Formats: sequence, C-alpha cells, structure tokens
Amino acid sequence: MELTKEEESALKGEQGEIMQMAYRILVATGEATDADKLIPIEWAHLSGVNYNTIGDSGEEFLSGISKTARVKVKTTLNPMGFDIDNVSNYGLDDNFISKQLSIRKSYEAMGVIPSFSCIPYEIFDIPKEGTHVSFAESNAAIHANSFNNLKTNKESAFSALASAITGKSPYSLLRKEDSPNITIRMKVDNPNEMTYGMLGFFAGKVGNDSVNISGIEEMDRRSCKAMCGGMGTSGTCAKFLFGDGESNCEKVDFDKKEMNNIYDELNTAEKGDLITLGSPQLGLEEISDLTSKLKGRSFKKRCMIFCPRIVKDQAIKIGYTNELQRAGCEILADCCTCLTPLINKNNVDSVTTNSIKGAYYLKNSNGVDVNLKSISQIIKDETR
Amino acid sequence: MKKILVKGKTQGIILKSLNPINFLGTVDKQTGVISDKNHDLFDKSIKNCILVFPNGVGSSVGAYTIYSIKFNNVAPLAMICQKADLTVATGCALANIPLIIVNENEFSSFHTGQKILLDTESLNPITNI
Repeated sequence: MELTKEEESALKGEQGEIMQMAYRILVATGEATDADKLIPIEWAHLSGVNYNTIGDSGEEFLSGISKTARVKVKTTLNPMGFDIDNVSNYGLDDNFISKQLSIRKSYEAMGVIPSFSCIPYEIFDIPKEGTHVSFAESNAAIHANSFNNLKTNKESAFSALASAITGKSPYSLLRKEDSPNITIRMKVDNPNEMTYGMLGFFAGKVGNDSVNISGIEEMDRRSCKAMCGGMGTSGTCAKFLFGDGESNCEKVDFDKKEMNNIYDELNTAEKGDLITLGSPQLGLEEISDLTSKLKGRSFKKRCMIFCPRIVKDQAIKIGYTNELQRAGCEILADCCTCLTPLINKNNVDSVTTNSIKGAYYLKNSNGVDVNLKSISQIIKDETR
Repeated sequence: MKKILVKGKTQGIILKSLNPINFLGTVDKQTGVISDKNHDLFDKSIKNCILVFPNGVGSSVGAYTIYSIKFNNVAPLAMICQKADLTVATGCALANIPLIIVNENEFSSFHTGQKILLDTESLNPITNI
C-alpha cells in the first residue's frame, strides 16, 4: 500500500503513539484487503463497547488511549452491557457497572457520540449515495453496503477505531467494485424473518466478500435486518447484491434442506424460559408492529426487548412502552441480546428468540440453549 | 505465495483447524479455550501454539478478544491463515502476534504437532525444525 509522506511519518511515530498505532492497524487492514492507498471516510461506527466482550484488557486499553486520542470524523457506538435506567433489576455486580461506565467515559472523552446502537443505519441520517464509511458492527456494515448505498469494509473493532482517529480507511476491493463470484438462489417459499436470518447465515458461510442473491421478493425492514445479522455472524462476507449476477457465477441453492441444517445447528431447545427480541436492536417500526400484533394479549413469561435509547424515548412518547409493559415486556435501551451479561446460564436454561445472530451468541457465548421461533409464532405460542 | 500481515519471529508447535474461528464468543479470554461444540478445536486451548486456521469469521469485536488473550498470556505465538480477514489482521497488529497468509497448497501441507520456525524477515518465513 502506498502512503503519503504525512502517513509515513505517522507510521514512524512522528505524530505520537496514538497515530502510530492507528496507522499500524490501517496498514495491516490495507495489506489484508489488497488496498493500494488510504482514502477519506465520513463516518465511523465502533464496536468494542460492552464490558462483557472486551473485558479488563479492553477497558484499560480504551482508558489509556482516551487520554490523548480524539476522533476526526463523526463516530457512533455499538451497544454496551445494560440500560442504566433498570440495571438494578438484573443483579449485575458493581465491578461490571463501574467498568462499563469507565468504557463509556473513555469513548466520550475521545469525542464519540454515545449512541449505543447496532442499527446506526436506522437512527442516523444516511449520507449521500456512494459515501465511504467504516462500520465495525457486522450487521451494520452489511446493511450499509447492501441497502443504504454506502461503502464500507466489514471492519474490525480496531480498523474502525483507526479510521475514526485518522479519518481514513484502505481503498479495498470491496470499496471499489461489485463482482461476486457466487449467486445464491433463494428456494424457500413463504419466508419469514427467521428464514431471511438463516439465508444470511448460509450466505455468510459460502460467500467471500460479496454474494448475489436471486429469487427474493420485497422484504420488510425486519427481514433485511435479520438477513444482515445472520450473514455477519457466520462469515467474512460484507455485501448482498440482489439479482442473478454474471452468467459465470457459481450457483448455490438455499432450499429447505439447507435451511433445516442451519435450524438444527442453532435450535437446541423445545421451549425457552424467557424471550428476547432485538438482535439487531428493534427500531421504532418493529416496536410499533409488535404493539399492534399484541392487541391486548400478554406474555406468559419474561420478554426482554432491546432497542436504541432514541427509539425507547420515542416509544415512551407515543405510548408504545406503556402497552408493552402492560403485556409484561422489559424494555432495555443501550444494550442488545447479542453478548448480553443480563442472561446468565446459572439462572436461565434456554431462551426463545427469532434472531439467528442472537441464537448463535446466546448458545456459544452465554452458554444457554436456544429455541428459535418467528415473531408471529412467538406471539401465538407465548401470549394469552 | 506468502503474505506477511504482521511481522515477527517465533518458534513453536502447530495447532491446526480446518474450521474458521469466531474469536468473539467462542474463544475464552482467560484461558484461550474454544467453546464452540461444533468446532474441530472444541475444548482445546490455543495458548502458545502456532495457530493454523482458514480465517476469522463473525463479530468485529473478535479483534479485542485477540488483544485480550495476548494481554492474559493465553494467545498463540503466531497465526497462519489461508484468507486474510480484518478481525484477525487488526487484532494481531495491535497485539503484535505475527500473522502470515499462505496459499491453499501451503495451508494443506501443515499439520498439528509440526514444529516450525517462523521469521517474517527471512526469505523463507516458515521452516521445519
């Protein structure tokens, strides 16, 4: 990768340790993506916020760099571990809470907007078509590339942080052109959001940087998010293109058999002790839809709903939260199902969710069993 | 054809996996043990080995996991992958874990238990010892 004189000087450490670290990360990113130069980006979205995921080493690292590091472009943030409004209900220890607040403080000191959301594409204005951004959250990167006409690598937590600090990112192949070498033919009838989640999970396993998807009808927002979440979990793939692709593309079918394989891999329980909705976090539209679907019914067991703070505030104003709380829901802002410290295998055996991404991390990281069900099935089976 | 993503020199014993690794969620930060029951390295620790695997997958926060296992002294001595991905590349860059990308033939020639010297500055960066 070619660097300008100024970039070389930063890499040598002539602009301080932080810049040197950031350029070391960008150079590794550039080599990994066969980029020939660095280009400016307008928006970085960082992962690495939840204390449950980054631990003491991450907390100390951020506290250290936050003394001098400042972001150069608009920078937003992934979810953290809890909602401060109701954290006392969940028995988290004081150490977790104070370490999480330290992480928050470090990001704020660097000038990051404390959005604590994995759906930045739904709560911030989208820049004009073709704008280069650096999104670390995997579902957000895929959503930005596939549905928002933005351009990003499937950044890592560190490559996005380096982009935030320098305002630059390597000009990788993914940023330049779309040339998937594989087309996935969607062959499952009557898909719901879980089907799309599994299609994404499958696509992530078989695709490299990007894939074509054929045979897809109009999708609602919930299904788009589910597909991006599933894909981000299983692979390195960062973009869907809709259509058949070039004639020389390898064709792979996503049929009932492939879908059932994924279902059997992720569904490990007949029923759940509690329900989680939101991985990716729910937007206002999904909360509104849930409220109207409930039609006065109540959940028979605990139901945790994860959303961004701004969505929770809007839902309070409109009155959705009243209705959801009446139905027995717990509404949590700033955090997410994925890697939540609020679900613990010591007191929960299994969780019901409609999220493929959530299922993967609940199973592998939280160590609980998962019962997969679509939102309409959840309302049918789990409410009265 | 080898590509050096993170420089360094070390020697050790290869632990090879044929499955991609999702560092976040499936690698224990304190012990370096892999917790995914469907993974071919399930229940094995990646501490102090030369970890050979196709590529990283999944969450971008996996880069912090790589930094954490280094910080907790349970990281591999070096990593060798077949495909470069940003989570592994940047995690290794920040943690100073040497990382080399090799082609398919070279990848298939490695096996668990093989003792190698890895030196990214050498003309032949990977040699048997």
